[in-house]
Amino acid sequence: MTVNHYIFLSAILFSIGAVGVLIRRNPLIMFMGIELMLNAANLAFVAFSRQLQSIDGQVFVFLILAVAAAEVAVGLAIIVALFRTRQTVNVDDVNALKG
Amino acid sequence: MPVDYLPILVMIAIVTAFAVIALTLSAMTGPRRPNPTKLSPYESGMPPFGSARRRFSIKYYLTAVLFILFDIEIIFFYPWAVLFRDLGWFGLSAMGTFMLVLLIGYVYVWRKGGFEWD
Amino acid sequence: MSLSVPDLNFRVIAPALIVALTALIVLLAELVTPAPRKRWLGVLGLIGLLIAAGATVGLWGAPASAFGGMVVADNFGLFLTLVILLGAALSILLALDFVRAHRVDQGEYYVLVLFAVVGMILMATATDLIVIFLALELLSLPLYILAAFKRADARSLEAGLKYFLLGAFSSAFFLYGIAFIFGGTGTTNLMKIADALAKNPRNDLLLVGAGLLLVGFAFKVALVPFHWWTPDVYDGAPTAVTAFMSVGVKAAAFGAFFRAFLVALPAFAFDWRIVLAALAVLTMTLGNVAALLQSNVKRMLAYSSIAHAGYILIALVAMGASGLSSALFYLLAYTLTNLGAFGAVIALSDGERERLEIRDWGGAARQYPFIAAMFAIFMLSLAGFPPLAGFTGKFLIFSAAVETGWAWLAVIGVLNSLVSAYFYLRPIVQMYMSEPVPGWDRIRVAPLVALALVLALIGVIALGLYPTPAIVMATGGFLR
Repeated sequence: MTVNHYIFLSAILFSIGAVGVLIRRNPLIMFMGIELMLNAANLAFVAFSRQLQSIDGQVFVFLILAVAAAEVAVGLAIIVALFRTRQTVNVDDVNALKG
Repeated sequence: MPVDYLPILVMIAIVTAFAVIALTLSAMTGPRRPNPTKLSPYESGMPPFGSARRRFSIKYYLTAVLFILFDIEIIFFYPWAVLFRDLGWFGLSAMGTFMLVLLIGYVYVWRKGGFEWD
Repeated sequence: MSLSVPDLNFRVIAPALIVALTALIVLLAELVTPAPRKRWLGVLGLIGLLIAAGATVGLWGAPASAFGGMVVADNFGLFLTLVILLGAALSILLALDFVRAHRVDQGEYYVLVLFAVVGMILMATATDLIVIFLALELLSLPLYILAAFKRADARSLEAGLKYFLLGAFSSAFFLYGIAFIFGGTGTTNLMKIADALAKNPRNDLLLVGAGLLLVGFAFKVALVPFHWWTPDVYDGAPTAVTAFMSVGVKAAAFGAFFRAFLVALPAFAFDWRIVLAALAVLTMTLGNVAALLQSNVKRMLAYSSIAHAGYILIALVAMGASGLSSALFYLLAYTLTNLGAFGAVIALSDGERERLEIRDWGGAARQYPFIAAMFAIFMLSLAGFPPLAGFTGKFLIFSAAVETGWAWLAVIGVLNSLVSAYFYLRPIVQMYMSEPVPGWDRIRVAPLVALALVLALIGVIALGLYPTPAIVMATGGFLR
């Protein structure tokens, strides 16, 4: 296992996440895709950190985890609030704004 | 120089191809023989009761969101606790400030009634 | 085992600290403030912003770096800090009556604005990619909530959801880019990245990282083809929020954009200048052409803000001292003008009913001559008519481009400005030439909104007639 294996895995995870955001229509699932992308970045940071023998990358992962949690809180709150007014969370039904 | 970007192009192509191939192959080749046990959601080995699609009270969301926010801060406490002696007063004061900011958020949620179930 | 304490110099981040402290105080004060007095929380926020501005001025002229080279107080960062504080203060003035009219008179509004300001200031002064990422999140998260702040309004919630999903999506690209740059150079510090590049110019990981980073920045400052969230979010968000984010995010994100590319990646300048020049052309042209087709004032201003991002990008392509100072001046001029334009929309709205369609502005000059005149001047400044701030800004950017051999880019910029004059003039024609629209004649203009408009107007005219002091301030540059 070299660092390349990890980076390829992380690139695959990132792509799956990005494709998920682009093709799925449920905000919760789209949001899961975004989380997958963030975790792909975390994996890359940890792998590089080990390769470079530098602790920095692992510290960044801590910070990113906290940021991701804050993102979850805000995102879920908005999705729940939208559901309360619209009774749907499908983004194709969320189209009061043209464009 | 444009030729320097070739590895990037190759990597993008490989990554995209892998994702597409993996998804199509598993969709095409995998056998689909659903039975009730396979389709039932896994819940720590317990037999599931009721449908997972029934509605949950919206209150769970608020509780869960608040839990995540205060729970994740633990990851900053852990390394601090491991190196508590080495970090000394500097670490203690930095962590105290961090706690204070969290505490202000806690007080806000508490006074706004975020912890009340009804 | 001994641990070294990093160079803690809290003076360097004093402006951000003061705003953060104010936000926490306002948050606690919110709990004990009775409903009719919530606007005093906004006043408290304004006081905090003023003190922070004082601290920023106190740091002026003595560039310093702190926290192991993670943040700096150089003239570039401090200038942007002042622009951000000015924008935030004016938008709080606009919001004080707005939130009441829209029945969202809550102290949290000001808390979120203040936290977003902390993120913006840190983003403009950070010299480490991880700090830039954290600052970006700190400014984005409150703005997602602010966009959805009118919880009873489906349009506002929709704007919040779209902004959140696309903002988080772009943050992930940004972060992944940082991961690759870290992998390629072993550091996230902008200066050290430049050093690593100087030693080893062939670095594939870093190229991937820089590309992803560019995508993240392009989303945040709304460059074509990463702009499509802008019109919907600007349209759906409460107008006072739109006003704030249209100026604050641009100043902060462009600050980090310039710093990242000019400090860390000058070795690749040959490559990214071509890419950015192409993006600038696309952004200006598509922004202006799409703005021509809009009948809604907020959507028109959204596309106009996309086009302005394109003009500012020309300054980055030009590089050099003149490019930097012209971008800073432009951001200041744009902040004042755009806040004025959105402020006029707020001033002439009737409770929750806003003049969103351009035809609603018919005859406004006869009913409200002062506000209409100010709105007209802001529109002319956005279009770049002399002797207003917008003209000086465009002049500086285009001459910086010509100076550095990008004359063709400047020509496309000038042509775009000519096209843009058409849609900026449309509301003016409507206000002065059309018959008044019935049902819009009993509006009481809130005095604080009028005050914010007058302040912005003074700035726009002063920067147009006598730009020298601002230009001199803008030429400080980076601390390397």
